[in-house]
Amino acid sequence: MNTPVLQESLEELVERCTLAVETPGFAEAEAWKREAPCRAIAGCFPVYSPVELFHAAGMLPVGLAGGGNRMEIAHADSRFQSFVCSIVKSTLEQGMTGALSSFDALIFHSICDPARNLASVYARNFPDQKVEYIHFPQNLGTPEATGYLAREYERVMVSMSELTGRQVSFDDVRASISTYNQVRSVIRDLYAIRSDTPHLLKTRELYPLVRYGHLVPPERHLEVLLRAREGILAREGRPKDRIRALLVGSFCEQPPLDLIAAIEDAGCYLVDDDFLQGRRWFTRDVDAEADDPYYALADAYVDRSVPCAVKHDIRTSKADALVERARVHRADAVIVLCAKFCEPALFEYPLYRKALQAAALPHISLEFEEKMWVFDRIKTEIETFVESLLFS
Amino acid sequence: MADLQYQGHLHNLQKELMAEYYADLTASAEGSGVPAAYLLIGGNPVELLRAFDILPVFPEVNALQLAVRKQSLPHIQAAEFMGYSSDNCAYVKADIGMYFAGRKTPFATIPEPTLLLCNYVGCNVYLDWFGHLSEYTGRPAFQLDIPFIRTQSGTPSRDDIIYVLRQLERLVELCEEITGKRLDQDRLRESVRLSSETGALWSKIKHLTKQAPAPYDAYFDSVTMMAPLYCLRGTPQGLRFFETAYAELAEKAAAGVGPLETERFRYVIEGPPPWPHLRTFRDMFSRWNAVAVASTYSTVGGLWEFGFVHDPDHPMESIARHLLEWNLTNRNFLQRYAQIERYLEEWNASALVIHSVKSCRLFSAGQGDMREYFTKRGIPTLLVESDLEDPRYFSEAQMRNRIDAFFESVGHRTAVQGASS
Repeated sequence: MNTPVLQESLEELVERCTLAVETPGFAEAEAWKREAPCRAIAGCFPVYSPVELFHAAGMLPVGLAGGGNRMEIAHADSRFQSFVCSIVKSTLEQGMTGALSSFDALIFHSICDPARNLASVYARNFPDQKVEYIHFPQNLGTPEATGYLAREYERVMVSMSELTGRQVSFDDVRASISTYNQVRSVIRDLYAIRSDTPHLLKTRELYPLVRYGHLVPPERHLEVLLRAREGILAREGRPKDRIRALLVGSFCEQPPLDLIAAIEDAGCYLVDDDFLQGRRWFTRDVDAEADDPYYALADAYVDRSVPCAVKHDIRTSKADALVERARVHRADAVIVLCAKFCEPALFEYPLYRKALQAAALPHISLEFEEKMWVFDRIKTEIETFVESLLFS
Repeated sequence: MADLQYQGHLHNLQKELMAEYYADLTASAEGSGVPAAYLLIGGNPVELLRAFDILPVFPEVNALQLAVRKQSLPHIQAAEFMGYSSDNCAYVKADIGMYFAGRKTPFATIPEPTLLLCNYVGCNVYLDWFGHLSEYTGRPAFQLDIPFIRTQSGTPSRDDIIYVLRQLERLVELCEEITGKRLDQDRLRESVRLSSETGALWSKIKHLTKQAPAPYDAYFDSVTMMAPLYCLRGTPQGLRFFETAYAELAEKAAAGVGPLETERFRYVIEGPPPWPHLRTFRDMFSRWNAVAVASTYSTVGGLWEFGFVHDPDHPMESIARHLLEWNLTNRNFLQRYAQIERYLEEWNASALVIHSVKSCRLFSAGQGDMREYFTKRGIPTLLVESDLEDPRYFSEAQMRNRIDAFFESVGHRTAVQGASS
C-alpha cells in the first residue's frame, strides 16, 4: 500500500493495476483492513452501488467483478444452473472457497433475477456476513422515486452503522461524495482523452486503471488516476488505420483483459464502452453540498445517470441513447458484446439492432464469458467485420 | 358418488367462462370499444382495472395457452429472427412473435393494448417485456414499481407501502385519463369484495389437499384453475367459478375420492410446468400414483392460503399489500424455502420435485441451493430441467428416467423405513 505512486511511470502504473486486477483475491483491501481496528470491507455486486455510503461508514467498498478466467467453478455450479451467467456463480464460488472471508458485508441490487436470488443464497450460506439488498426504483418517471431511494439509502446506512458501530453524520456522507466526485471526474477525463485520441490511450490500459478502484480506497485510486493522466497527456503518437468502435453489453460480468486486447488488435479503437459502468454512473458530479446528501445521491441516480440495461427508465429510449452516443463519439460501428446468459443485456439487442439499422450504423453482436481462454474466433469475427468496413 | 367424475362440472364451467373471457378479448380486438390493458400475473392490481371497465389481458396466460396448444414454437422462432436470444424468456418471445403475426390465436384475437400496465412484481423480465411492447405498439407503458421483499422480517416497510400507494394513485389518474371516467369508489370496493371472497374460497380449496387422498392434484389441476383466478378475479363470474369448484372438490374430499385410484406418494412441486408437454409430464407422476399436494407456482398470483384476503374497506391498501407481500414472486428466495417447508409439514408430503425452467430465472436461478437445503434436511428432492414455453427443451426420455428413478428410490426408502420402525 505504500508504493510511491508519484514516482511511477504510466506504464508501471498500468502494470501495477493490471497485476492487481488479474491476481485472484483482495490482498490490498485485506491489508487496508488490518491497518486499523474497526475497519470493515463491503463487497458491492455490480452494476452500480452507492459506494459513498460504505466509505462514509468507515468501510472499504470493494467492487465484485466476478472470478475472471483464472478461477475454476467447482462448487457453485451445483447451486446455480448451467443457464445462469458466470458472475453469479463465480461470486458464490469466491464465497465458498474463502476468497471473501475478510468481507464484513455484501451488497446486492435489483439488477436482474439471478442476482436477486444470489443475495438470498449467499445470505443462507454465509450467515456471519451481513447481506444487504438495495432496491433501485424501476419507474424513474414517478415523482416519488427520488425520495424513496433516499430513504432506502438511509436504511442501508443504518444497517452499516450497526455493523461498524459508527454513527455517520451528513458531513461524513458529503465528504465521501466529494471524494468520489473527484475520482469520477478524472475517469471522465480519461474516457474523453481516449475518445478524442484513442491512439494515445489503449482500452487495455484504461480498463485496469479504472478497475483498480474496485480494490483500493478512493483516495489511493485518485492518486493513481491523476498520475496516469499526467503520463497520458505527455504521450505522443499518430492514429492508425482503424475503425472507431463503440462497445456495449458488458456492464456487469467483465470480459477477460486479453479479450479487450484482442478486439483492439483486430483493428478497433474502442472510443467508448460500458465496462465497469457503475464507476462512471453519473453524467455530472453529485451535489456534495446538499442539505440531504442521501437525497443528492438518489437524485443523481434518478436524473443524472447513464442509460443501462439494468436500469429501467421509460422516459427515454436506450436504443436512441445508443445511437446518440455513437454520434457523440464519432463511432464508425457498434460492437454489442454481451455476457453469455445475461438476460438484461440480451434483451437490449433486438431494439438496438432496430435503431442501429435505422441509423445506418454497422454493428456486430457477440457473446463472451468471463472464463474464456481462447480468443481466436472472436478476434477473427471482429477482423472480418473491421475489414468489411475499411474496404467497403 | 356416481356423478363424482374427475373431469367434473367445474372443468366444463371453466371452459365456458374462459371462452366468454376470450370472446371479450376478440370483441375488443374487433372494435367493441372496450379498452384493454396488458398486465402481468405476479401480484397484479386487476381490481383497479375492473373498476374502470378496462379489460385485463395477460400476455403470460396467452403465451401458455399457445404452448399448451403446441403453437408456441413458430412465434418463438420469429422472435429469435428479430434478434431475441435463445437465452431470453420464451414467454416473451412467443408473445412478441404472436403480436407480429397479427395477434390471432386459436383461442382469441388479442386486442391492441390501450395501456401497458407493467406491475413489476419480482421479475425483471417484466420490465423488458413491456418496454418492448411499448416500443412496438406505440402505446403508453406504466411501470408500477414494487420493491422486492428484502427485510429480515419478510414484510414490506411502511416506506414501501406508501411508495406503492402513491404510484397506485398515479395509475388511477392515468386510467381516468384513458377512460374519461372518475374512479367509482363503490365499484372498486365491489371488485375488491369479489376478489376477497374468491381468494377465501381458493384458500379453502388449497387446504383440501391436506387430507389423504388429496381430492385433486395441487399442481396439474391448480395451474388449470389459475386461469379463472387471474383472468376473472374481481368479477361475479370468477366468484361463481370458485364457489362451484369448492363445492365440487369438498364433496370429493368428503367422499375420499382423488384424481388417482390410489395415492402412493404425496409430493410438493416447485417451478412452473412445461406447458407444451403438460399431459406427458403429468403422466410421468400419475404412473407412480404420485399426487402433488402443494405447488409454489400456483401462488405466483397470490398467497391466499397463508392468510391473505383483499379488504373491501381498504381497497387500495389491500391491493398494495397484495402486490408487495402476498404473492410468491415478490418474496425473496429464502421465503420460498420456508413456504415449501410449510407445505411439506402441514400438507404431509414426503418428497420435493423441483422443475427448473430455463425461461424463468427469477423462479429457477439457484434451485441447486434449494435442493441442497432440502436434501440436507432429509427430504428426497429431485431437480429436473426443461422449459415453460419452448418445446425444444423438453427431453421426454431423460425426464421420464429421472422421475422413475426418483420415485423408485423414494419407494425403497419408505419400505426400508417401514420395515425398521
